[in-house]
Amino acid sequence: MQFWIIQAFNGISYGTLLFLLASGLSLIFGVMRIVNLAHGSYFMLGGYVALTVIWLTGSWLLAIPLAALTIAILGLGMERLFLRPLGFDPLRQVLLTVGFALLFQQAALDIWGGDNMDIKAPAALDWSVQVHGLFFPMYRIFMIGMAAAVALLLWLVMEKTRMGAMVRASVDDSEMARGVGIDTSRVSMAVFALGAFLAALGGVIGGAFIGVYPGLDFEILPLAFAAVIIGGMGSLRGALVGSLILGLMDNFGKALFPEISYFTLYAPMVIILAVKPTGLFGTE
Amino acid sequence: MLSSTRAKFLMVCALLIVVALVAPVASPYAKLLAARVCIIAVLAMSVDLLLGFTGLPSLGQAAYLGVGAYLTAILATSHNFGLGCDFFAVLLLGAAIGAVTAAFFGLFAIRASGVYFLIITLALGMVVWGLAYRWNSLTGGDNGINVFSRPTCVVSFSTDIAFFYVALGVYVVVLAGLYLLVRSPFGRSLVGIRESETRMRMLGYNIWLHKYLAFIIAGGIGGLAGVLWTHLSGIVSPDDVFLTTSVDALLVVVLGGPGTLIGAALGTALVVFLREYLSTVVPWWQYVLGGVYILTILYLPEGLMGLPARLRQHGSASAAREAVTARESASAESRP
Repeated sequence: MQFWIIQAFNGISYGTLLFLLASGLSLIFGVMRIVNLAHGSYFMLGGYVALTVIWLTGSWLLAIPLAALTIAILGLGMERLFLRPLGFDPLRQVLLTVGFALLFQQAALDIWGGDNMDIKAPAALDWSVQVHGLFFPMYRIFMIGMAAAVALLLWLVMEKTRMGAMVRASVDDSEMARGVGIDTSRVSMAVFALGAFLAALGGVIGGAFIGVYPGLDFEILPLAFAAVIIGGMGSLRGALVGSLILGLMDNFGKALFPEISYFTLYAPMVIILAVKPTGLFGTE
Repeated sequence: MLSSTRAKFLMVCALLIVVALVAPVASPYAKLLAARVCIIAVLAMSVDLLLGFTGLPSLGQAAYLGVGAYLTAILATSHNFGLGCDFFAVLLLGAAIGAVTAAFFGLFAIRASGVYFLIITLALGMVVWGLAYRWNSLTGGDNGINVFSRPTCVVSFSTDIAFFYVALGVYVVVLAGLYLLVRSPFGRSLVGIRESETRMRMLGYNIWLHKYLAFIIAGGIGGLAGVLWTHLSGIVSPDDVFLTTSVDALLVVVLGGPGTLIGAALGTALVVFLREYLSTVVPWWQYVLGGVYILTILYLPEGLMGLPARLRQHGSASAAREAVTARESASAESRP
């Protein structure tokens, strides 16, 4: 029983981390019909920028918003200067993001070197809650809380605000949205920046958990993709459910079938695709 | 006058002959690099069949290279098979296992199209990577499998020049095979599917089957490349099967020119050159690679192969503009 509780807890905390990546990926796809292959790079760069902020100021709390904002600006620039000028051409845009992923990889290596680094969690979070002889690290509880807050906020913005309605309209039918006067170009710019922001946020928070190292970008990316595919592209709820499923599969897979754990990781994706190609909550 | 296809065909033949003749006098390092270019180009052509001709962007082609490479390594180390003339049997087996893997993965991947296809192939590729990385008893896990000697059939392939000729031979065979394939009615239908799936469906073509077969053929070619891959460096490890290899294969096709077959080798040559030579000269070579790649997508959607046509077009466009202005000024002068 203890085993199941601990593994489920770990799985959920990993899943919430994936959600930070998957939600942006999913929204970007919904609005622009592209998958951003540089999304893992945002995650990694977020962690690295946070490290620099921590080295300079010593403040972990300051590192979170600074890193996320820096990467959001980076994403904004990428969307405005390179993706937007291509017009609506998803394949070329996707290929372009591959090029950026390579550039970011090299830049990270040049700036921060090839060592594995950890973002040290602040002392306030560096302890464990004990319940019935089980230890729950506070940091993981914080991660889950953070992701829950992000999910709630995203849901509120998407469902209750004008901006959210514009985004939803663009996801559902971009042409019609333009027709009724929604500036879809601005919507996609905002969504892209938001996606980068969330990915970088994940990178900072995940930095104390999985570390920051070269190659992290392409390692985390397929997981986020799988989460988005399971949940359904363009759906926030899907991204959340998909991330949690993937986080749980990852933990239980590694614990129960270590030799074929990646099979168990991608198996639900394959099964869901076979049954419902658009994912659990995808429309189209 | 020669037709342009014929001229291109002769040019490619001449180029291949020149490469084959020049190779013996090249430095050992250059020979190894040339062999590498041939092998990656084979893998890239399998991507080109999917991306360039069928319109399916595959980002998991390393999976098929991986199964071929691991099969070769396991046969060589555990069963001592494939180190003599049976190497050629291994080539066939590698292609077969690649095709079988693709036949399985294709059941899932072909359901999707466009960007979905890209993500699904990516995830399927990661499954193979995960197995290679985790299944220690079979794959040696993180360390991979070392294959200490290259095969010997009549001559030893352990010399770089002999191995280069083997790689070049495989490249030429695959190039010729794919050339015939894409010009066959089957290949024409693939292009039709790329251009308009709906139209082809209306015409009564079985879209799924066409895509599925193309996917299997591409997988087989990937497996074939994997056999050579193992013997090129003498080791196969999970790194070879990782996403980066798939990204590379896609990248060189986009660089060289999708839908051209020969562009794959061109793109590969450029990338290998940048990576191996430029990296010894300047530390920031990957920025050059990334920059070239991004500029290609922005300004040369047809890739490097589209460059001559683009230049010609540019030339004729400016000539036409001059002619127009000349005529306008002439007519202006003739007016009273």
